[in-house]
Amino acid sequence: MINKKVANVEVALDGVADDMTLMFGGFGLSGIPENAIAELVKRNVKGLTCISNNAGVDDFGLGLLLQGKQIKKMISSYVGENDEFERQMLSGELDVELIPQGTLAERCRAAQAGFPAVYTPAGYGTEVAEGKETREFDGKMYVLEHAFKADFGFVKAWKGDAAGNLVFKGTARNFNPNMCGAAKITVAEVEELVPVGALDPNQIHIPGIFVQRIFQGEVYEKRIEQRTVRPRD
Amino acid sequence: MLDKNGIAKRIAKEVKDGYYVNLGIGIPTLVANFVREDIEVEFQSENGVLGMGPFPFEGEEDADVINAGKQTITTLPGASFFDSAMSFSMIRGKHVDLTILGAMEVAENGDIANWKIPGKMVKGMGGAMDLVASAENIIVAMMHTNRAGASKLLKRCSLPLTGVGCVKKIVTNLAVIEVTDKGFKLLERAPGVSVEDIKNATEGHLIVEGDIPEMSI
Repeated sequence: MINKKVANVEVALDGVADDMTLMFGGFGLSGIPENAIAELVKRNVKGLTCISNNAGVDDFGLGLLLQGKQIKKMISSYVGENDEFERQMLSGELDVELIPQGTLAERCRAAQAGFPAVYTPAGYGTEVAEGKETREFDGKMYVLEHAFKADFGFVKAWKGDAAGNLVFKGTARNFNPNMCGAAKITVAEVEELVPVGALDPNQIHIPGIFVQRIFQGEVYEKRIEQRTVRPRD
Repeated sequence: MLDKNGIAKRIAKEVKDGYYVNLGIGIPTLVANFVREDIEVEFQSENGVLGMGPFPFEGEEDADVINAGKQTITTLPGASFFDSAMSFSMIRGKHVDLTILGAMEVAENGDIANWKIPGKMVKGMGGAMDLVASAENIIVAMMHTNRAGASKLLKRCSLPLTGVGCVKKIVTNLAVIEVTDKGFKLLERAPGVSVEDIKNATEGHLIVEGDIPEMSI
């Protein structure tokens, strides 16, 4: 067993520096690497390019890095629900690249899987395709989208072990598995770090080979963005 | 004239037995409430769940189980969770049978715009561009006119496009319209709405052939 376990979030973020490109798992606030984000806030690294489906809300998730003006550029598919984000974008302080959600997932997966680029029909004929190579296959037009190049990938799983194996829960899975192994260094934080051998090899979502560092997060707030319920009959 | 629930109710009639369906945010989400109970349908949400159920009972919300609108949901027996790449493999690979989404504008050639108003609103396209680029069966659910009273069914979209030539059907508060090679073809009128009302609210070319029936909902 190759040991990926590190003592804590401080060690896990060793080597993170200004002006790096970072990937973050999560959809909305679900499945975001809360502990890594808190540590980035603490370290106050600046000039970051962040790849994440969303940009958090004003006071949580990547919104915390926006507040500290730590992000130079954001690559996302949907950035609503964040006033500070909007303010920084409209004032020109923040560079924003909006891309289709499936394209974001596939540019991660391409990086993980060793493809330099992929053709997708998404965005053809729109401003997303401007300046990009296009090609026809079987009478339909596709846009060439390149694999991401990132320094660190921060993902969050439900359970993991010291070998770096990961299991996700519910829709907190989202982009996390696609970002594992897509950056130079993948840092996984888990709610529960279980003993090696405790996870059934049949049930592992991401094998440890895609993970360089793993640690158990201290606290998870797991904030709910839209609490919708139905009445009991 | 229909309200939002009425639009959802009419669209629910387009949902057939055995369909996998992706519902967008807003009116499309309401469609799930009106699907016939004697057919089997599975709802997909692009954040990574197939087999979505109703909202949870109070106290049973799970931050790890949400839909693409970030609302807490439940799952039904037979449901599955998956990652974002696999979710869009279902969409891009045409495994999803029906896509229902909202729009700011639709053009008579099937172009759709729903993600950006330059200088005013830039929230992003989310999964909409992937959905409209691949889905073969796309229904747009929207009001016929915007808040200022201007038509949303246009000759050409004025806003940045989400996809080109992709919309097949539109259900609004006034009408059911099919997008054809020759323009918007009027299929049905909403209760109490005349063909004249629909013509006046449609900027793009409206094709009216024969008697136009009133919707049955």
